[in-house]
Amino acid sequence: MNTHALSEAPVRSRAVGDLPFHRRFYWLVRREILENRSIYLAPLGVAVLIVIGFGFRLVRVAKLDSQDLRGEQPFTFPALLLMGTTMLVAIFYCVDALYGERRDRSILFWKSLPVSDHETVLAKAAIPILVIPLITFVATFVVQVIMLLLAGARGLDLWSGLSFGQMTWILFYHLLLGHGFWYAPFWGWLLLASAWARRAPFLWATLPLLCVGLLEKIAFNSVHFGYWLGNRLAADPMAGRASPHQEMTMAGITPLGWVQFLTSPGFWFGLMLTAAFLAAAARLRRVRGPN
Amino acid sequence: MSCIEARGLRKTYGATVAVDGIDLQVEEGRILGLIGPNGAGKTTALNAILGLTSYEGELRVLGRDPWRERERLMRDVCFIADVAVLPRWIRVAQLLDCVAGVHPGFDRAKAESFLQRTTVKSASKVRELSKGMVTQLHLAIVMAIDVRLLVLDEPTLGLDILFRKQFYDSLLNDYFEGTRTIVVATHQVEEVEHVLTDLMFIDRGRIVFRRTMEEVEARFAELAAKPEQVAAARALRPIAERQSLGRTVMLFEGVERERLAALGEVRTPGIADLFVAIVGGQQGVTP
Repeated sequence: MNTHALSEAPVRSRAVGDLPFHRRFYWLVRREILENRSIYLAPLGVAVLIVIGFGFRLVRVAKLDSQDLRGEQPFTFPALLLMGTTMLVAIFYCVDALYGERRDRSILFWKSLPVSDHETVLAKAAIPILVIPLITFVATFVVQVIMLLLAGARGLDLWSGLSFGQMTWILFYHLLLGHGFWYAPFWGWLLLASAWARRAPFLWATLPLLCVGLLEKIAFNSVHFGYWLGNRLAADPMAGRASPHQEMTMAGITPLGWVQFLTSPGFWFGLMLTAAFLAAAARLRRVRGPN
Repeated sequence: MSCIEARGLRKTYGATVAVDGIDLQVEEGRILGLIGPNGAGKTTALNAILGLTSYEGELRVLGRDPWRERERLMRDVCFIADVAVLPRWIRVAQLLDCVAGVHPGFDRAKAESFLQRTTVKSASKVRELSKGMVTQLHLAIVMAIDVRLLVLDEPTLGLDILFRKQFYDSLLNDYFEGTRTIVVATHQVEEVEHVLTDLMFIDRGRIVFRRTMEEVEARFAELAAKPEQVAAARALRPIAERQSLGRTVMLFEGVERERLAALGEVRTPGIADLFVAIVGGQQGVTP
């Protein structure tokens, strides 16, 4: 630094001490949730609807055969509904996360705070990777417990039909590893498109993927990219090794398979891709001013 | 040490040169007014100082390179970019929480006590506040942060005169002390005139004028010449001349006030007149 003509020792900061990273990060994540209340309101709303609907069914159907409600079916359906909801929330969140702050110029305020672009982007990425899967898990778990209690109050014996504990574990792993980490490159890509777009971030998020697929088809008459993308989105971490026509399965991310999942090259490749996308997004956020 | 030091600071956007080789030194404890027409490069220069844009040349703010160390620098620097940058969805109390959560130098109690003097309520959302109230809120946050350098870029744009006056009054009375430095860029020179210690005109990416206010007072004089003395006054080579209410008003540089006093009324020129004479005329004065 001394080679620099203007360099002097940096001035000592007046601020007493330094805020620890975890505290800063907590507030960055909390800020995102404050701004995007749909992160918890949407699953909450859907959860309430499911419980009301289920209660209605229990009351309306006069003679209820517990055979009707036996098995996983009445419980997996709400889980899928909640997953679908929060997946949509996550997509909309990511596409707007780095675009919205430039559109409303609030980026100029956030940049006046001592927070780096990397920290900001990381906090935004934590929403679809960690926060939304965990919220989905809690919402689904609570809904399923309420459903079981309601059915029990109606005198239906549903507990024997399924191993609730194991279901819950599968759900937890599926959400955190599947929706969070397996999809991480997907979330990273959406955040990158959000940081890149001066307008229409949704088009930037989708069209380039389509173009790559089309280009590959035209130039090489192959569909590797589309196939890879499809597999990734089908949440099948084993797809790379499995036969191409294997059905979508949760087997790879059940508790039994999680070691296998965490050591699969697809998982690590995805994480590297995510890191690259997020680094690029942070770089763009540094360079791009308000729209 | 200097608060801001720049040598050959330059920024181009494609073929457009926004800042064209600025040399600048701002000492601690000064209040510098950056005055220039639209597109003169004020905002670009300030953005470089704040680490919001890359640049060519050398620049040190509080001894740091702002482009590479923005987040570190922002512990000791704060800025108000313009009136409308506070996030509109947030509640006042949440905003204070968020700043307190990430800024080690933020004193929440201080911000709240500033806000108590205004009509801004902590449960309100920013979108519900008037433009003036948003500025008060932003100022309250900034004033509660213990920084060394405060940069204001058109902070009072679009506010009515009462708010503008109040803004600079609070800034001066509640915030400014000898070890803080303030840089303010604005069009509305009338409000800042009495606040500044230093004055800088910037035009087409270059600094065309740089004086302390004492120097301005000592060097420049405005003469409302008596009609019969106009010719005599012109002989002293004014740097600008205009007609005002039927009188000939001339601006002089480096002419003793005693000599001028014989020719009419003498006073210190306003920044606006000085600006028009120097940037508008571009004659006689070397920066």
